[in-house]
Amino acid sequence: MILGDTIAAVATARGPGGIGIIRISGPEAEGILRRLFRPRRDSALPMESHRLYLGRVVAPEPETVLDEVLATIMKAPHSYTGEDVAEIHCHGGVLLLERILSEVVRSGARPAGPGEFTRRAFLNDRIGLAQAEAVWDLINGKTEKGLDIALSHLEGALSDRVQYLRYNLTEALALAETSIDFCDEDVSMDPATNVPRILEHCMESASALLSTYREGKIWRDGLSLVIAGKPNAGKSSLLNRLLGEERAIVSTHPGTTRDFIEEGITVRGIPVRLTDTAGIRQGRDDVEEEGIRRVWSRIAACDAVLVLLDGSVPLSAEDREIIAGTREKKTLLCINKADLPGVLDREALGALLPECPPLEISAKFGTGIPELKEAVYGIAALEETRDMTADRILTNLRHKEALERALRCLERGREAVAQGMSPECFALELREALDALGEITGETTNEEILDRIFSRFCIGK
Amino acid sequence: MKSYDVIVVGAGHAGCEAALAAARMGCGTLLFNISLDSIALMSCNPAIGGLAKGQLVKEVDALGGEMGKIADRTAVHFRILNRSKGPAVQSSRVQCDKQLYRLAMKAVVEKEKNLHLRQALVERIVVEGGRVAGVVDTTGFFYGAAAVVVTTGTFLNGLVHVGTSRQPAGRAGEISSVSLAGCLRDLGFEMGRMKTGTPPRLKASTIDFSVLERQDSDPDFEPFSYRTAGLRPERLPSFFSHTTGETHGLIRENIDRSPLYSGAIRGVSARYCPSLEDKVMRFSGKESHPVVLEFEGLDTEEVYAKGLGNCLPLEIQEKIVRSVPGLGEAEIMRSAYAIEYDFVQPSQLRKTLETKTVDGLYLAGQINGTSGYEEAAAQGLWAGVNAALAVQKRPPFHLDRSEAYMGVMVDDLVTRGVDEPYRMFTSRAEYRLLLREDNALIRLMGKGHELGLVSREDFEALRAKTAEISRRIESLSRSRVLPGKAVNDVLGRAGVEPVRNPTTLYQLLKRPGLSYDDLRGLDAFDPISDRFVKKQVEIEAKYEGYILRQREMVEKFRRMEEKTLPRDIPYSVIPGLSTEMMKKLSAVMPESVGQALRIPGVTQAALTAILVFLKKKDVMERNGGPRKAAPDA
Repeated sequence: MILGDTIAAVATARGPGGIGIIRISGPEAEGILRRLFRPRRDSALPMESHRLYLGRVVAPEPETVLDEVLATIMKAPHSYTGEDVAEIHCHGGVLLLERILSEVVRSGARPAGPGEFTRRAFLNDRIGLAQAEAVWDLINGKTEKGLDIALSHLEGALSDRVQYLRYNLTEALALAETSIDFCDEDVSMDPATNVPRILEHCMESASALLSTYREGKIWRDGLSLVIAGKPNAGKSSLLNRLLGEERAIVSTHPGTTRDFIEEGITVRGIPVRLTDTAGIRQGRDDVEEEGIRRVWSRIAACDAVLVLLDGSVPLSAEDREIIAGTREKKTLLCINKADLPGVLDREALGALLPECPPLEISAKFGTGIPELKEAVYGIAALEETRDMTADRILTNLRHKEALERALRCLERGREAVAQGMSPECFALELREALDALGEITGETTNEEILDRIFSRFCIGK
Repeated sequence: MKSYDVIVVGAGHAGCEAALAAARMGCGTLLFNISLDSIALMSCNPAIGGLAKGQLVKEVDALGGEMGKIADRTAVHFRILNRSKGPAVQSSRVQCDKQLYRLAMKAVVEKEKNLHLRQALVERIVVEGGRVAGVVDTTGFFYGAAAVVVTTGTFLNGLVHVGTSRQPAGRAGEISSVSLAGCLRDLGFEMGRMKTGTPPRLKASTIDFSVLERQDSDPDFEPFSYRTAGLRPERLPSFFSHTTGETHGLIRENIDRSPLYSGAIRGVSARYCPSLEDKVMRFSGKESHPVVLEFEGLDTEEVYAKGLGNCLPLEIQEKIVRSVPGLGEAEIMRSAYAIEYDFVQPSQLRKTLETKTVDGLYLAGQINGTSGYEEAAAQGLWAGVNAALAVQKRPPFHLDRSEAYMGVMVDDLVTRGVDEPYRMFTSRAEYRLLLREDNALIRLMGKGHELGLVSREDFEALRAKTAEISRRIESLSRSRVLPGKAVNDVLGRAGVEPVRNPTTLYQLLKRPGLSYDDLRGLDAFDPISDRFVKKQVEIEAKYEGYILRQREMVEKFRRMEEKTLPRDIPYSVIPGLSTEMMKKLSAVMPESVGQALRIPGVTQAALTAILVFLKKKDVMERNGGPRKAAPDA
């Protein structure tokens, strides 16, 4: 716990909720918010304390709009913690919140430890009985679900790796300290020869561990969603509806879209790459047949397929072919043209795809589009979770940040050794690296270092 | 009945500093020792200083203490340890003439106004209504006092072991203090037992020095004390030898005759100061251990055989000594022995070293589970100053972990307690790059002056120097240096890379291997005649990056220290705390949030539980109190 730096965390309970709040507290709170938040009206700058502003959170490089949000700044001392506090109220969803939080951290905040906001509030005399009770519950584990309480939940693999790192760092520090405190003892040993080797090894393990942390593939590349259906099912209209503007050329003449049209949208902060495809049917000519072959290869490569059926006509052989051809993919089944009389045999469709209840939509009038977006978000979230649990060992942003800090210290330590600095200088870096790791697994005390020295060397004449 | 402001029990290294500080601060002070011939006697190695200990000596000196001054006056061998490393981890160490040291300290104590020296064995501390009232000696005589500082060293229930022989003694041949130990137990203190030992003293004329490696004194040495004008001229060398396979064989064959291995000794020994038995048995892979021979004084044949400490029977000790190169004919004058003694678990003390349960009772030195003359002297000064301040109803004296090694030590003792004899190491000090020997005066002399232990003249002289240091640094930072032949010739002579861009003298001085005087020859160079000033300027420049980082760490540390906790928190009723945590917190009664987090096992979550408890209590008291507060409270 360090007072005086700027901390940030998701302040609302985890899980699919309505609004999620990211809270930032400390001297840099306002600066960080300014870097990420674009108010709807430029005249809104500078932001006044205790006012809500509508705008967007924009991640830099490459500029990406993450969400439409409400943001507020509460100047010290009139805030929850008694420090400058900034809050971003967004549309919830674990993934989006984590994404925005990681941008906040990238802009200079430190992920807050358990109960840290409340502790600051207390130390600044800002806490009331209600909040005190809430923290009380947290400590007694009653609302454990609400926040990531801590270390006791550390995953085995992460704990093992960090402990290994800590063991080696303690070793390096013990060597440095021995050369300082017991220079006149019979342990003639130059840390400059041993320490770099251990440091190098530690840096490798730290980097390896860090590389298992990533924002999932969906965050990086977006969810690729192919809209497939027979000609004139309304694919382009749906794309336009989802985009909210006329992008694809729409006509009632079947087969208008010969090539692919790709557009990006964000659904609750998740980037989605939509591909509008040519209608699938028996090719009339070589060109069209080639086009349809390409649609199928697109479908094979994408994350999910939106199969679009025309509700105003009976289920056709082409529809069946498309349903059969996308059976292996993550599929969203939509029946378009809900505004027209329903001709399509829903029962037959249900028998064909019992595990995939269709969504009734009207691309023309916008009916069922919010539900569709929700379903797209569901698929993206599922994909992301699958991706994250694959071979990720480091999953917690706070842990990642601590590990990065440790790695920076090790780099500086290596440099100090290389420049021939005295051991107390690189010992300072090692100590700071250990302190950073301590935020993941618990502190390394002076006593532990001494224990290591005395167990390894025969000290004392 | 005689009555004093402050009584100090025991005139060792802690007791002398305690009594001198209290007397110099204007308190009528009485200092007891069992024998007036063993005041400030160095029971073990006649050396002062060493790694981290040198820093302690300079801190004691900066606060107006006596140890550094006496060490300077009686030293016959000087060393600077870690000379090749940075200034923060360099420490001074001297070997003194043991008898001269004792006599010099005795003379200072005797001559001090307000200080009364008395040979007597104190049997009992008199406590009335939770407050100390005085002490009673073996004859039943009562001495009244407003404050009592107990500094009993190894004398508290001391028991000397050699082979199977066991003698109650505070040092070989001197009576121990048994009743007083019982008295402290009766007062309810949690006590423990420690073990230490000392090597044999050999007769110099029976040692063959010609086959041994010789180490002479370092030529240049900065005295410990700012009050020391010059050092005495005599120098004595040290000699190196080592144990042999024969030595180790003797120990293994006779290990069951060592009280350390027979189970006779229960006291805890220090891992950094093992007896030869431990070294051989625990590090069996090592074929040889070093032996250092140090003269105990100018006018004596006694030689201290560092590295040969053991508690085996005498006939084995003889053989062990003779198995060492150069000692084939050596004669033992005093045998090695082990000693066990009682200590009081120091987590029962406040930061002033006053006990939490008996007001006005202070403990310092080995009674607090520490080892070493320097650790003892620092605590003695600390306790003596605080006893005097309390008597004079002035606010207590305290240094934190970022101000002094003394502060680190006292905080460790009262916060963590001890489980082996506590010795100072630089690695215990988180901010050691700031806690250097060279800047002890800058760090602490002002405090010494405030206490009345450092004269106005001396403090003004220091202030003039610190002002010059700042002025010099500023002017160096303003002195531009343009690349060219002039500057690069100067750098070339010092063996330093040439400059290619405009810079300042201050930036140049940062370069490793370049001293201030190496800049001579540059137009902007302005010589500094004061060595102290010159050294500080160099260190500030060279260490600047690290010093700034440590200062930032100190800022953070201070913020946690400034958040105080009330003294009367009922830890046992706070839910969410483990039983172990509750026990430790109740014992230590941390005074700040920072201190609470330094108690082993106390986690951030536990701290939050405590803070929330306090808030709840506060709110409930405000709502439920007799004078009802506004409803929105």
